[in-house]
Amino acid sequence: MLIKLTGGKIYDPANGVDGEVRDIFIQDGRIVTPSPDAKIDHEYPVHGRVIMAGGIDPHSHIGGGKMTIARMMLPEDHIGNEFARTDLTRAGVGHAIPSTMTAGYRYAEMGYTAAFEPAMLPANARQAHMELADTAIIDKGAFAMLGSDDFFLRQLAGKADFSAIKDYIAWTMHATQALAVKVVNPGGISAFKFNQRKLDLDEKHTFYGVTPRDIILNLARGLQELGVVHPIHIHGCNLGVPGGVETTLATINGAEGLPIHLTHIQFHSYDTEGDMKFSSGAARVADAVNDNKNVSIDVGQVMFGQTCTASGDSMRQFVNTKSATPKKWVVMDIECDAGCGVIPFKYRDKSFVNALQWAIGLELFLLVKDPWRLFLTTDHPNGGPFTCYPHLIRLLMDKSFRQEAMQMINQDALKYSSLGSLDREYSLYEIAIMTRAGPARSLGLKDRGHLGVGACADITVYDDNPDREAMFATPELLFKNGELIVRNGKIIKVVNGATHVARPAYDAKIEKQLSSYFESYNTMRLENFRVSDDEIRNDGRGSLIIQPTGARVA
Amino acid sequence: MNSEKPRNGANHYENVACPFCGIACDDLDIGPSGNGLKVLKNGCAKSVAGFERPLIERSPQIDGKDCSLEAAVAEAAKLIRGSRLPIFSGLGTDVQGTRAILALAESGGGVIDHALSDAAYRNIRVLQSSGWLNTSLTEARNRADLFVIAGADVPSLHPRFFERIVCNEESMFSDTPPKRTVIFLGESLDTSAATGSRIGEVITLPCKIDRIGEILDAMRALAKGATVSGDTIGGLPRAAVEDLLARCKSSTYGVMAWDPNKFDFPAGDLTVQAICEFIKDLNLTSRFAGLSLGGAEGIPSATSVCAWQSGYPLRVSFASGKPEFDTERYNAKRMIENKEGDLLVWLASFGDDLSPPDTDLATIVLGVPGLKLARTPKVFIPVGTPGVDHHGSVIRVDNVVSLPLKKLRQSKLPAATDVLASIEAAL
Repeated sequence: MLIKLTGGKIYDPANGVDGEVRDIFIQDGRIVTPSPDAKIDHEYPVHGRVIMAGGIDPHSHIGGGKMTIARMMLPEDHIGNEFARTDLTRAGVGHAIPSTMTAGYRYAEMGYTAAFEPAMLPANARQAHMELADTAIIDKGAFAMLGSDDFFLRQLAGKADFSAIKDYIAWTMHATQALAVKVVNPGGISAFKFNQRKLDLDEKHTFYGVTPRDIILNLARGLQELGVVHPIHIHGCNLGVPGGVETTLATINGAEGLPIHLTHIQFHSYDTEGDMKFSSGAARVADAVNDNKNVSIDVGQVMFGQTCTASGDSMRQFVNTKSATPKKWVVMDIECDAGCGVIPFKYRDKSFVNALQWAIGLELFLLVKDPWRLFLTTDHPNGGPFTCYPHLIRLLMDKSFRQEAMQMINQDALKYSSLGSLDREYSLYEIAIMTRAGPARSLGLKDRGHLGVGACADITVYDDNPDREAMFATPELLFKNGELIVRNGKIIKVVNGATHVARPAYDAKIEKQLSSYFESYNTMRLENFRVSDDEIRNDGRGSLIIQPTGARVA
Repeated sequence: MNSEKPRNGANHYENVACPFCGIACDDLDIGPSGNGLKVLKNGCAKSVAGFERPLIERSPQIDGKDCSLEAAVAEAAKLIRGSRLPIFSGLGTDVQGTRAILALAESGGGVIDHALSDAAYRNIRVLQSSGWLNTSLTEARNRADLFVIAGADVPSLHPRFFERIVCNEESMFSDTPPKRTVIFLGESLDTSAATGSRIGEVITLPCKIDRIGEILDAMRALAKGATVSGDTIGGLPRAAVEDLLARCKSSTYGVMAWDPNKFDFPAGDLTVQAICEFIKDLNLTSRFAGLSLGGAEGIPSATSVCAWQSGYPLRVSFASGKPEFDTERYNAKRMIENKEGDLLVWLASFGDDLSPPDTDLATIVLGVPGLKLARTPKVFIPVGTPGVDHHGSVIRVDNVVSLPLKKLRQSKLPAATDVLASIEAAL
C-alpha cells in the first residue's frame, strides 16, 4: 500500500529540510520515493500542516522496579486520573507515574514514537523489559547502569586489563538487552552501602580506592572503543547540591575530550551565591557545553506540581528523603549491583528553590547554542511528567508566554538567574532537532528521527497553531511504522513497538570469569541473569532492532 | 536459557529456577524419573514437593463431568459474561499468567486480588503510608554482619535461606569474612539452620510475635534519647532490648528480616511499620536494611504486574471500566465471604493447596490437576505449572530480581495464560 501525505511543511533537520512544502510517500512502513506511475492507495491532504518525524524521548523513567515501587506507593497520583478500557485501549491510570499501557498511549497521543528508560539495573533488567513490553505503541530501549556494581569496581580496583573491562561492558549490554550504558553517581551508590555519604569527583571509594573520575573515564573510553554510538550517559556526582556546578564543570573538563552525555544537567547546575547560598550556575555550564563539542546534555526541566522522583542514586536520594512530599519514601540497596531511591516531591512555583530550579533549566535551554547536543527532557518523572512537554516547548518558543510565566513564580529566585535577560525563541526546526533528530543521532537509531527515503515511517502531523502548547499537545495525525495510530489526539489503532538494542563485540572468555563470580557471590546464575531474545520477542508480541555499532578498537 | 544436556538418553536441566517459594533459588539440577521429574541437586522440601509432583493429565470438567477444553472455555466465558461482578483471585501464577488474568478481569469488569494478599498488604500499607529502606538477597548475602530475624520461621518459609544468604562461606568483601551474628526475635522460632563456619553468636529473644512492634518502637525511642520506663520491654528484659539496640547501631550492615504472614493479628501492618521506621532512623548515621520474606504462590509477580499495568497493587475493581482501588472494599477474601460478587474465578498453578474458599458462589477454577477442592466447581480447567510444564517468569520476594522459568517436561496441560486468553476471546 502506497500512502501519500500531500502538501505538508516538512521539518527534517537530519536532512537539512526547514519548513519546505513537500509530499511524503510511505510504503511497507518506510518512507519511499515511488516510481512516477505508482498508484497512490491512500492520500492524506496535509496542506499547511507541520510534519516532523515521530518524537523521541532519550531519557524517561517508564519501566523497571523503581517505577513500579512508585506506582504502588502513590495511589494518590492515580486517583482522579483513571482511564477506562475502550474497544482499543486497556484501562490504566496516572499523572506523574502512569501505568505502562497508559504511558505508551500518552506518548503516542503527544506525537512521540519512542522513549528510552535510562536507568535499567542489570539485576532488574528482565522486569524492566517486561514493563517496557507492556508500554503500548512506542518503541523503547534501555540503558544498563554500571559503575557502582561490584564486578566493575573490582575490575578497576584490581587494575584489570582494559580489554576485560570492555568485554564486561559489552557483555552487560548483551545480557541486559541494552542500547547504551548509564552511570549514576559514579561509585556513589556502592559507597553509600559502605556508609559514605558523599563522593566527590576525586574522592576515593573507601573500600575500592577508586574515584568517580576513574569510573567515568573507564566507561567513556570503553564505550568509545567498543564503537557504541551513544556515549556514556552520566548522572554525575553531587546531584541537587548547591555548588554542584563545580563538579559538573570538572566532569566536563576531565573528560579528556572523550564523548560524554550529561543527563538532567539542570540538577547539576547549582551555584552558591546569595543569601540562600543557592543560585544559578547555568551560564557557566552552558559556556562549558558550548566550548566542548564532545559533550551533549539533556536538561531535566523542573515543572511545577506534584511528581515523584525515582533514581538509582540511593546516596543522594537518601538525603532528599527529608523533602519527601507526601512524607513517605523507599530507598534500596540492590544485589551488589546498584540501588534506588523513590521519593515523592512537589515543586512549588512560590518556593525560592523550586522556582530557581525551573529558571535554571530554561536558562540552560536558552544559553546552549547547539540544539544537536541538547535534548528536551524533564527526566520524567523526576522534574515533572513527560506530558508537560507541550507546555515546555511553548516556554521555549514563545518569549511573551515565558515572561508571563515568570510573573507567577517566586520573584527572589529570578534575581539569581539570568532568565529574564534571555530573548531567544526556539524555531520549529530547532524543536525538531531537540525532540527528534538529535536524540536519534545521539542514540544511534539509524532510520529514526528523520524523514529521508528509507527512514521508518514514524511521522507526526501537527496543525500549525500559534499556540505551540496546543499544537504539540494534540497532533492531528501520528503514523507508527506507516500505520495511522492517532487522529486528532485520539488513538485509533494500537500496535506493539520494538526494542532497540546495541551489541558491541566481546571476548566470550569474560563469561567464564563472570560465571564463577555469579556462583561465588550472586543469588542468581549467569544463565538466568541473561535476558534472552525470545523473552523480548515474547511469542511475537515484541521485536528487537539491533542498532549498528562501530568497529571495536582492541 | 537453561542448558539441555542428554543424560541417560533423557533431558537433564541445570540452573533451574524454582517457583515454589519467594526466594526462587535458580541453581537446581532436575532430571527425569519415571513418569515425572526428580530434583537432583540443591533441592529442598518445597522444591521436591513441587517439581516431583506426579504428572496427572485429567480433562476439564463442567459440574464434575469431563468435557473438552473448548467446552470448558465456552462455559467459563458464558459465566463471566453473565456475571454482574466476577471476583478473580487465587492468582497463584507467574508474570505471564498475571498479565492474562488482569486482561480478563478488565474485559469481564471484575475485581482482582491474590489469595494471600492479607500478608502482602501488611507491607503495602506501610509502603503507602511511610515507606522503607530495604535490601535484596545478594546484597544481604555478601554484606550483612548482623541478621535479625523478626518473628519469621525461616526454615519452613524458605528452606534454603540460611544456606544461601546467611551461612555462605564465600563473601564479596573479604577472603576471610567475619563471623555473623544472628538474632532471633520472637518465641518458638526454628534456629537450627543458623550453623556453620560463618555463624558467630546466635541469640534468641523469645518475645511474643505481636510484641515485636512494641520492642522496635521502644528501641527507636531509646535511640532518639527518650526515656522508656519499666524492667521489661515487650516482654523481654530491658537489658536484652538495650543490647539488641546496641548491636543494631554498631553493626556495619545489619539486616532485619520479617515475614508479614506471621503478623496475623489486628493492625499487624504496624509491626512492619515499626521495623521499617526503626531501620530508617538507624540509617541517619550507620547502614542497616530491611528484607521482607514470604512471597509464596507468585504474589510478588501478582502485585508488581498489577501495579505496572493498572497502577495499583491488587485489590482493584474494573467494574466501571476504570481501575478503582480500595484496600478494604476489594479484598477478595472479604468479598467472597460476604458474597459481594456473584462469580469466583480462581487460579492456582503452583501449589496444590492454594484451594478456593469453601463458598457457594459459582466458581471457575484453573488449577493444577491435584488441587484440593472442598466442592465441585462449576468449571474446572486443569492447567500446567509455570517452570515445570511451560516457560514463564517470576518475580522474587525482594521485588528486584525476576527469574526465567523453564518448561521441563512434555505435558498436555495447557498454560493458564493460554486458557485465560481463550476465555477472554470468547467473552
